[in-house]
Amino acid sequence: MRRREFLQKAGKAALLAAGTASAYGFFHNRSTARFTPLTVKTGSFEVPPDPTLPRITLSKHEDPIAALGYALDAVGGIKRFVQPGEKVTIKPNIGWDRTPQQAADTNPILVGEVVRLCLQAGASEVIVTDVPCHDARRCFIRSGIREAAEKAGATVILPQASDYITTDIGGKLLTTWPVLKYFVQTDRLINMPIVKHHSLSGCTVAMKNLYGILGGRRSQLHQKIDQSIVDLAAFSTPTLTVTDATRILFRNGPTGGSLDDVAIEDSVICATDQVAADARAAEFLGLSAENVGHIVLAEKTGLGTIDYRAAGYKEITE
Amino acid sequence: MTIKAVRNLRRISQIIFFGIFFWLILKTTFEVNFNPADPSEIRLPYPVSIALEFDPLVALGTILSSGTLYKGLLWSLVILIPTIFFGRFFCGWVCPMGTLNHWVSEIPSERLRRKGVGKIRSNRYMKYQRIKYYVLLVFLGAAFLGSLQIGLLDPLALLARSIGTVVLPMLHTAANGTLEWVKGLGLPALASGAQSVYDTVAPLLLTYKQSFFHTILTIGTLFLIILALNRLFTRFWCRGICPLGALLAIFSRFSFLGLQKEEASCKHCQLCSLSCQGADDPEIGRKWRQAECHLCLNCQASCPEACLSFRLFPNQEVTPANPAGTPQINITRRKAALSVGSGLLLFPLFRSGDAFAVNANPRLIRPPGSLPEEEFTARCIRCGQCMRVCPNNALHPTLLEAGLESMWSPILIAKIGYCEPTCTLCGQVCPTGAIMELSLQEKVGDKETPPNRIGTAFIDQGRCLPWAMATPCIVCEEWCPTSPKAVYLKEETVFDSKGNPVAVKRPYVDPHLCTGCGACEYACPISDRAAIYITSAGETRSVENQFLLEKNRKKAPAPRSTTQQSARN
Repeated sequence: MRRREFLQKAGKAALLAAGTASAYGFFHNRSTARFTPLTVKTGSFEVPPDPTLPRITLSKHEDPIAALGYALDAVGGIKRFVQPGEKVTIKPNIGWDRTPQQAADTNPILVGEVVRLCLQAGASEVIVTDVPCHDARRCFIRSGIREAAEKAGATVILPQASDYITTDIGGKLLTTWPVLKYFVQTDRLINMPIVKHHSLSGCTVAMKNLYGILGGRRSQLHQKIDQSIVDLAAFSTPTLTVTDATRILFRNGPTGGSLDDVAIEDSVICATDQVAADARAAEFLGLSAENVGHIVLAEKTGLGTIDYRAAGYKEITE
Repeated sequence: MTIKAVRNLRRISQIIFFGIFFWLILKTTFEVNFNPADPSEIRLPYPVSIALEFDPLVALGTILSSGTLYKGLLWSLVILIPTIFFGRFFCGWVCPMGTLNHWVSEIPSERLRRKGVGKIRSNRYMKYQRIKYYVLLVFLGAAFLGSLQIGLLDPLALLARSIGTVVLPMLHTAANGTLEWVKGLGLPALASGAQSVYDTVAPLLLTYKQSFFHTILTIGTLFLIILALNRLFTRFWCRGICPLGALLAIFSRFSFLGLQKEEASCKHCQLCSLSCQGADDPEIGRKWRQAECHLCLNCQASCPEACLSFRLFPNQEVTPANPAGTPQINITRRKAALSVGSGLLLFPLFRSGDAFAVNANPRLIRPPGSLPEEEFTARCIRCGQCMRVCPNNALHPTLLEAGLESMWSPILIAKIGYCEPTCTLCGQVCPTGAIMELSLQEKVGDKETPPNRIGTAFIDQGRCLPWAMATPCIVCEEWCPTSPKAVYLKEETVFDSKGNPVAVKRPYVDPHLCTGCGACEYACPISDRAAIYITSAGETRSVENQFLLEKNRKKAPAPRSTTQQSARN
């Protein structure tokens, strides 16, 4: 081997050895954490309390739109909750592949009407979405909510795998969890549950409806259901709760499936106090809120009042 | 029109039919922007399995195995009758698998650049081209006794299965991975650009949710081998293996359209053989083989002396220099009989194993509306349409769960996805009626008729949280879609490890109500092996696979015969 050839070869070999070694050194002992949880919520969605107005209203009327109108006006009207230019996310219960009559999902007429009112109040965009249990495509179509909300002018979003943000919930039990971004990156959040029986929590209404902002394997939450509901309610703090009690699912909840499980109540609740709203709704199912674990725990945590009459309650019947 | 223009027509036809086939597979899904006319009963807007209904081999195979021709399969006459008069135009002009093989064969390489003796020799008729007749006859023999195997190698079923369960899911994974990688580079402009490309492409090519399929490796490997063989011999699959090609070859025996050779002006340049797709010897001095010809027209278009021409009733006089007469299909009667005979023997071979009935896999859960196993095997062509369309990724190709006989037929794996209670899409897309088309009412049942059951749920008390670990959980009951619920709860006080009493609700299953949908197994928080799981026991389709005394159970309706079914549609 000639000298020049040897030097060339040795130089290349040395470069390759140095490169390999430094690459190994670069990757050695790097942090194994794949991602860090984010606190991404854009702020509290609540409106300041107004002592002159009731904190919970209930209206009974055969026409769901009229019932909603009376209840909402009594709690301050849509202009109290949505300012021009704000982005609003509406969270109905679209959890199950059921038709509106089967009362497993929120009444599409009410969802459409709330969308319309928000846009009328000047909202820049109204998003309607949910993280369903059953297949989202079927739930959104068969519940009638997709059609009603789109007709009223909302953007209906079927959650995609990439739409979740690992979020710091900051709860006692729920620390980090994937949350659908539309429920945290918005200006206003309107929770629109339906009143249903649930065999573990007793009832599923407003606060339990917030399970639907989460992705991941949320079936584990049932092992400590009361604390996880309260953690979510404390994290989420909706602007307004509009509870659909036009028809309720009084047994075989939360899925139902038979019209025999459904009772017609023709009522709509509007509330700025989610605990009071759930306490009132529980009565439709023949429950006393003092016996419903998560409602009691929510009051103890300071999220609201079980004694909804003391909180300021107005019932409108025409 | 010049012959070169006609050849271009053939190329356009190949592109169009491949496009249609691919588009139909893409549309065999529940699209996000889909807006059904009747939201209470969701139906697909397009007849997405129509391509498979044009397949004469599927039609003939199911006629032999089941004795009936299921609804849309009458369309296959549109292919078969013209083949009798004009030859294998399907292979050269229509078949998407043939087109794919054609394209892969023509990818430039060392082999094609040589353009020499080797290529010409490889394009001459060879004995391996007889294999396809043996494959066809073996499958037809098995079909005659009721075991439909044609779907394993039928080109349309094979391509639909390979694209639907391997190629498109792979594309999905690759697209997601690429997007993730670009976003991780830390360049916001690039990330948003990639996202917008993804958002444009995703609605066209990707499903709403990423699908993951069982045994995709076996399906993908076969597909890859078939494509790779084109690099040894042009269209090896079409020439040598394809049973549909063999069927069309047999039917083209009396074709009016044929190759006429004018030997006078031939200069023996062999350009015709160089570009021949079917290895049917268009060259002067050799016998042209009608049955092998795909009618690609390359020979006529490439002949500089215009010696070759396809025409109706060609002059095929035999002279020593121009042995143009069409020979019989090159297999002996004895070998044909032997093939059919081995096909017939496959049946007792399959059915003497234990997997078929005696020791059927308890996890062999067929899609809702499936026929009894014997009739199911007589109809399923393993095209994978049901797996592709299932919105929950619940249906998968089997490997050996149903025995070798039913490899790649559908099985429901509830851990991955459960059967959506009101969904009837798999029956809507099944081209052969192995899965009956159920109405919503037939699927969910009503007060008089029971629902369609695919199995029954069982509880594994050793893994269940309230049963074994003093931990509250009611998720299976919450998810149970029947009303009243088939999973019911009983409150009991148990003790934790420190001896403290814990109130839990323990789940039980009412087999009279359970439909076997698997929602409980899917939702169970113990996700690796669920504490509640379904097996096929109690499935509607089977008379034997029952465990309750009939009197305890609502009477099942008499199974509708498939002829009634096709009349209704």
